[in-house]
Amino acid sequence: MSELAFFIDYSRCIGCQACVQACEECDTHRGRSLIHLETIERRDSVQTAPQVCMHCEDPICAQVCPADAIKQTADGVVQSSLKPRCIGCSNCVLACPFGVPKYDGAVDQMMKCDMCYDRTSTGRRPMCATVCPSGALAFSTVADIMRTRRGRMVNDWQFGEEHVRTKVFVLVPTEVTRVDASIIPLSALRRSAHAPADPYDVARLLEEV
Amino acid sequence: MAKLPASIPDLVRQFGPHLNRVPADGWATRGEPDRVVPTHCCFCGQQCGIQLKVTNEKIVGFEPWEAFPFNRGKLCPKGVKRYMQDEHPDRLLTPLARDDAHGFLPIDWTAALDRTAREIQRIQSVHGRDAFAVLTGASLTNEKAYLMGKFARVALRTANIDYNGRLCMVSAGAASKKILGIDRAANPWSDLPKAKVILVAGANIAECAPITTDYLWQARENGARLIVLDPRMTPIARTADLFIPVRSGGDIGVFNGMLHVMLARGWIDRAFIAAHTTGWDAVEAVIERYTPDYAAKIAGVPASMIVRAAEMWGPAETSFLLHARGIEHHSKGVDNCMAAINLVVATGRIGREGCGYAMITGQGNGQGAREQGQKCDQLPGARDIENHAHRAHIADVWGVEESTIPHAGLSAVPLIEAIHEGRIKGLMLICFNPAVSLPDGAFIREALSRLEFFVVIDFFLSETARYADVVLPGSLMEEDEGTTTNVEGRVIHHRQVVKPPAGAREDWRIICDLAGRLGAGGKFAYQSTRDIFDELRAASKGGIADYAGITWERIDREMGVFWPCPSLDHPGTPRLYEGGRFGHPDGKAHFQPVEWRPAAEEPDADYPILLTTGRVVSQYLSGTQTRRIGALVDQYPQPLCEMHPRLAAALGISDQDFVRIESRRGAVTVRAQVVKTIRPDTVFLPYHWPLDRSANNCTIRAIDPVSKIPEFKICAVRVSKAEAPSGELAALDPAAGGIR
Repeated sequence: MSELAFFIDYSRCIGCQACVQACEECDTHRGRSLIHLETIERRDSVQTAPQVCMHCEDPICAQVCPADAIKQTADGVVQSSLKPRCIGCSNCVLACPFGVPKYDGAVDQMMKCDMCYDRTSTGRRPMCATVCPSGALAFSTVADIMRTRRGRMVNDWQFGEEHVRTKVFVLVPTEVTRVDASIIPLSALRRSAHAPADPYDVARLLEEV
Repeated sequence: MAKLPASIPDLVRQFGPHLNRVPADGWATRGEPDRVVPTHCCFCGQQCGIQLKVTNEKIVGFEPWEAFPFNRGKLCPKGVKRYMQDEHPDRLLTPLARDDAHGFLPIDWTAALDRTAREIQRIQSVHGRDAFAVLTGASLTNEKAYLMGKFARVALRTANIDYNGRLCMVSAGAASKKILGIDRAANPWSDLPKAKVILVAGANIAECAPITTDYLWQARENGARLIVLDPRMTPIARTADLFIPVRSGGDIGVFNGMLHVMLARGWIDRAFIAAHTTGWDAVEAVIERYTPDYAAKIAGVPASMIVRAAEMWGPAETSFLLHARGIEHHSKGVDNCMAAINLVVATGRIGREGCGYAMITGQGNGQGAREQGQKCDQLPGARDIENHAHRAHIADVWGVEESTIPHAGLSAVPLIEAIHEGRIKGLMLICFNPAVSLPDGAFIREALSRLEFFVVIDFFLSETARYADVVLPGSLMEEDEGTTTNVEGRVIHHRQVVKPPAGAREDWRIICDLAGRLGAGGKFAYQSTRDIFDELRAASKGGIADYAGITWERIDREMGVFWPCPSLDHPGTPRLYEGGRFGHPDGKAHFQPVEWRPAAEEPDADYPILLTTGRVVSQYLSGTQTRRIGALVDQYPQPLCEMHPRLAAALGISDQDFVRIESRRGAVTVRAQVVKTIRPDTVFLPYHWPLDRSANNCTIRAIDPVSKIPEFKICAVRVSKAEAPSGELAALDPAAGGIR
């Protein structure tokens, strides 16, 4: 399975929540969904974005864990906190740049996406990437993705001063080589914007000539 | 006011909908299953392959079925959670009889079937055979659809049988038959990624046919351009190359306007038209006046959008047109579809790889269930009930005199109207929930309460079954074996995953037992649904929808077989119309000129806003099944009224306020969802909920003159800010701590 990798194409997401519902069904999850589906701003757009754990090469969640409770497998999968070690401090929840780990009070530990380790370790694909009807989530080979998708796959991220490399790839326009998620002041955005302020406003579309 | 045997809160407490959130025997004990059975999802016409896990003869979960080629393991949330309808606390496990003092009381099967047969015979002997009617559904297997048609014509000998496909596929079917000659998607879905331009009209694919999304995205990765027509910016429309936010009912403006531009620019395949079609001159005469400006007024969009659409569609090398209920649910639904199909035939881009046309079937067996003879005007094999040769063939298969087969009966809406008027006194209903799904809900519920005798076969007590005199507990899709025909025309095999629970029975056995009590047992002596399928094959032989060469074994081996398949050595027909050979006897496509006309009820000074209705991804049809699955209800718990911020501001409404949507027929009060993704002159309601939350309280009982489809997609309403609902129904709201 080592040649298989996880890919996210946010532009394909249709917000159906098949991933969220299927994540619960993974046998080891027992009714708990560990994937997040973000609705960006429903008033303005139907755009949504699925967020699995990106499985950082040097995971920040593990770096900030005072109890050394977050471990990485040999093939780079970052796991949920180890129950005997996790002290529920939520350092990882606050530190993760992708907002993935969540503290679960019912079990008093941090739980997060583990790329369906129980499935991938037995030759099956992760539940979310198997069911995703739009192909926004895919578990496939690099060669297959390059053959079937436009754009570029990247796993380099810049969060301000922080550079992160992830095991999970995202599909982006060809001209992008690294996802820059640094903070942009709103004032700067307004000045530089060429695109319409409200690209998904149907009333605005109807006024176009 | 319609009468029920008990109060709604009492009925809900006893029969649900309750929410099932946990698999049988819990999450923790779900280890390796005893077996994993490959079958298909029961929700929607995509009919995705899925494997169900069985432990101790209970369905406890699912596993994606990646080998099935149509969906390759992909599923929507309904498919993922579908198994939660199994082992459900609301499941009916005994026949019930209405008792006005006590609600519904259990009775035994013999008493229930005897009483049903007795009442049928009484009504038919007093009021005539046609006074007892049958309403069925498009989520039944082909075998059950065939059986219901035969039961009505042979055991009951009533003309009045129709089905809820009347709410779904009939406009598309009628238009396809008129122009192309065959009522079926013209192409397999594998042609979609090969198309260079795809036009999607009135189809919220992301929510109503989610698996098709991947086919669209594959096409776009290959460079295809996407045009979407919808009053709302759906998830598919959001990234389309051209999104045309057409006014509901204005689609003919776009289609005819495009054709006008294409004609002017020379993007018409005149050689193809000359060789393979008739009637083009009449189309050309009509579209002459559909200039972009004139067309734009009808469509309610800028003329430039129509021109851009023509520029994308007209010169394309390959193309695919898809449409669904958005253009079909109109009193001009057939005309809308014909105007769309004209665009396909005029370019000659059909019947070739990457070139084609399809309607997106909505219901589980939306395709197959309209071919097996449960439509009021049809016999098996998509045969015409008024055609003597067709009748003679079926009479021969059934072993009856041709003269004993009734002629065309009433379609669903006129059938309900005949009940309301007292012309139809008795009704058998299976796989249909008209109390939620038909327009003008108050009228429908009143009609149901006027029946002298009403028998319902269902697995849960639907909102419609609450009006029944006798309820017979039937089977879920996964509790019986049979076939369906998916959106592409691919016939597929649903396996019996488990037996029905004790007390419930397979639907076909119930029907056969009733036929026996009505003196027709000899014609219904089936030992299994395989026997029914074999008879269906013979009945369909030589018809348009020819299943003669399809066997369950072939389906399993070949991952489905496409009809027509006239013999065992025939490979099936994934793509229709190859070589420009159409389904009419002359082998040609028959162009139909289409003129726009207004809806039955357009907005006016008193009701100034346009209401349109549709689905959400986590619910299926009238919700009998999906409103009982906790995870799906959590995803979208209650209907919301979508409206544009401009309209909301004019009405003094804020996001999440309660609003009252009122038409001349009824009203609903729900929360507002204020979004910029809808036309400012239109509000949207999803239709999956009953009673005080039913969008169909407002919709209009107007039907297309040809297809008889109701006009769900446009009526006139007024909208105002409202107080939060109170009272016993509002207390059932999950948000208020209740159930429903």
